[in-house]
Amino acid sequence: MEQPIIEINGLTKYYGSLKAVDNLHLSINKGEIFGLLGPNGAGKSTTILMLLGLTEPSAGQAHICGLNAARNPIPVKRKVGYMPDNVGFYNELTALENLTYIGRLNGIPEAEVKDRARNMLVEVGLEAAIHKKAGAFSRGMKQRLGLADVLLKQPEVIILDEPTLGIDPTGVRDFLELIRQLSEAQGLTILLSSHHLHQVQQVCNRVGIFVGGRLLAEGNIETLAANLFNAAPYAVQVTLKAAISEANGLEKDILRMPAVSKVTVDGTVVEISGEEDITPDIVRFFVQRGFDVTGVQQKSYGLDEIYQRYFENNLKENASNEKSSGLFQRSFFSRFKKQ
Amino acid sequence: MKSQAAYFNGLFSAGSKSSNPKATSPFFAMVRKEVADQVHSWRFIILAGLILLTFLGSMYVSITNISKAVSNINDPDRLYLYLKLLTTTDGSLPPFHIFIGFLGPLLGISLGFDTINSEQSSGTLIRLMAQPVYRDSVINAKFVASLIVISTLFLSLNLLMIGGGLVITGVSMEPSELVRILCFVILSVIYVSFWLNLSILLSVKFRQPATSALTAIAIWLFFTVFYQIIVNVIIKAFLPSPDVLSQDQLVAYNRIILTFLRFVPSQLYTDATTTLLMPSVRSLGPLTMEQMAGAIPSPLSVRESLLVVWPQVSGLIAATVVCFALSYYLFMRREIRT
Repeated sequence: MEQPIIEINGLTKYYGSLKAVDNLHLSINKGEIFGLLGPNGAGKSTTILMLLGLTEPSAGQAHICGLNAARNPIPVKRKVGYMPDNVGFYNELTALENLTYIGRLNGIPEAEVKDRARNMLVEVGLEAAIHKKAGAFSRGMKQRLGLADVLLKQPEVIILDEPTLGIDPTGVRDFLELIRQLSEAQGLTILLSSHHLHQVQQVCNRVGIFVGGRLLAEGNIETLAANLFNAAPYAVQVTLKAAISEANGLEKDILRMPAVSKVTVDGTVVEISGEEDITPDIVRFFVQRGFDVTGVQQKSYGLDEIYQRYFENNLKENASNEKSSGLFQRSFFSRFKKQ
Repeated sequence: MKSQAAYFNGLFSAGSKSSNPKATSPFFAMVRKEVADQVHSWRFIILAGLILLTFLGSMYVSITNISKAVSNINDPDRLYLYLKLLTTTDGSLPPFHIFIGFLGPLLGISLGFDTINSEQSSGTLIRLMAQPVYRDSVINAKFVASLIVISTLFLSLNLLMIGGGLVITGVSMEPSELVRILCFVILSVIYVSFWLNLSILLSVKFRQPATSALTAIAIWLFFTVFYQIIVNVIIKAFLPSPDVLSQDQLVAYNRIILTFLRFVPSQLYTDATTTLLMPSVRSLGPLTMEQMAGAIPSPLSVRESLLVVWPQVSGLIAATVVCFALSYYLFMRREIRT
């Protein structure tokens, strides 16, 4: 059996009385691109920080490459490249200087460090900006520099926290493409967190949906959809020219068809869902009955629907404890107010 | 023969391998970067320029008055030419060590006030922590880097003074003078590093660099201006009038007042530097007639001067260590996420 490269067992983290991460179990295999998907404040960043040993878990363990992250953070950090959300650089240093500094911290020999940093910058497409100060970088360039910074230490695992935040759509596409290429070329394991489902959908092999500190579901997008809509993964919407007069009889007839599990009739629109894709049969059925079909639309469940389903119940609760509400930014006065 | 060649081959490649990956340790890489940052930063350049200016000013004043000071027969310290260079003044400018008592805190605060919080707010701290370095090396490296910068500054200024004095006057230097001047340098470094550690502590505590800078300056202002006023007010309110006191009582009360005044770091520094740079100072408190009886007004040896200032020096070191320990503790315990 393949040994998972990231293994999380019952990881739990409290911030005061707030449970940021709740009994998380997860394992990620080598070479996978895993997407941690969830709204703001779901505990994604906290989980990542615990994986790196930057925050101590209240309970449970996280193992990366067989090392306990809370006990052996230094060897873990040697193997894991981490790009935080809002990645920051020393603004007064150039891109190359920023990278060589990180290279030195990773114990890259002095003779090589400059060349390796330079090569890395070329690889992420920042050749033109090697001697530009990081303070003058645009958001997208900073993300690229962040990626170079992560790759410089030649990690086995890369963890990217909200890597596409604040980049324009083309930038996002290029960036994700870069990530995918790297993963394929070097067999890297990538864990990326995002609240942008479309981006996650583009690159990830497997997705975990994370809400309120709990992992609600994990798997590839098809399995997720199947789990969620297990009764009826396929749905067809048929639009007719005129409203149906005897809806009940029609519903019963349709339900008699194989693999159909649910029918709803709403004026001129009939929605049929079932376990299999039987769109041709349905169309034939309507035509045989003499209905004027003006439109047939097959609905497939993408992450959008999955996201909606999972989050609709949780969004309201989470609105109150979002990151920006300042978990850690209690001011001098509010502390007294609370008492 | 073949095997021998192979043996050599392996030997050389092994040798080159072991010598090749000569990486600097992360801690020194950090120290190096921090020193470069400090030296390149405008605030350091400005403050160093300010200190250099006051140094040149007070040196100029003391050199123009040095012949008077050295020929003053009533002064038992007159033959310590280099100590005189540091302390002589005609009243137009305070001597250099008084200036440092005033500017040193500013230097320390400016080097330390944004140590941690600016890294945190710019998002570099978390990236730094994701590298294989121990968390304490961050704060240690920052402290050591600032310490190196301060020591270099003070040492080079004093060596400049010695060299200049040597060139201008041609008088050779007593070993005890050199020891005293070096002690003065060390003392100044400790004094500045107290303020440095205080501002590092505040930079760990407060998230905004402006808050920590202003708090540090407020503490400094409190100690330089208001503390003395408050102590005086309290003395006036609580202590009986000196007219009705006996000599012994007066001395006892004076001791208490002095003890309170010595809570101020700059007081400790001034006391200690005065004693070190003026060898004839034998006590920092009031002396009774019995103690003074039979004493010849002559300079003390270095060891005795050091013994006189030892309480002050240990007080300063203790305050520095406490500040550093506190900031170390707070930094190790804090959440580093933004």
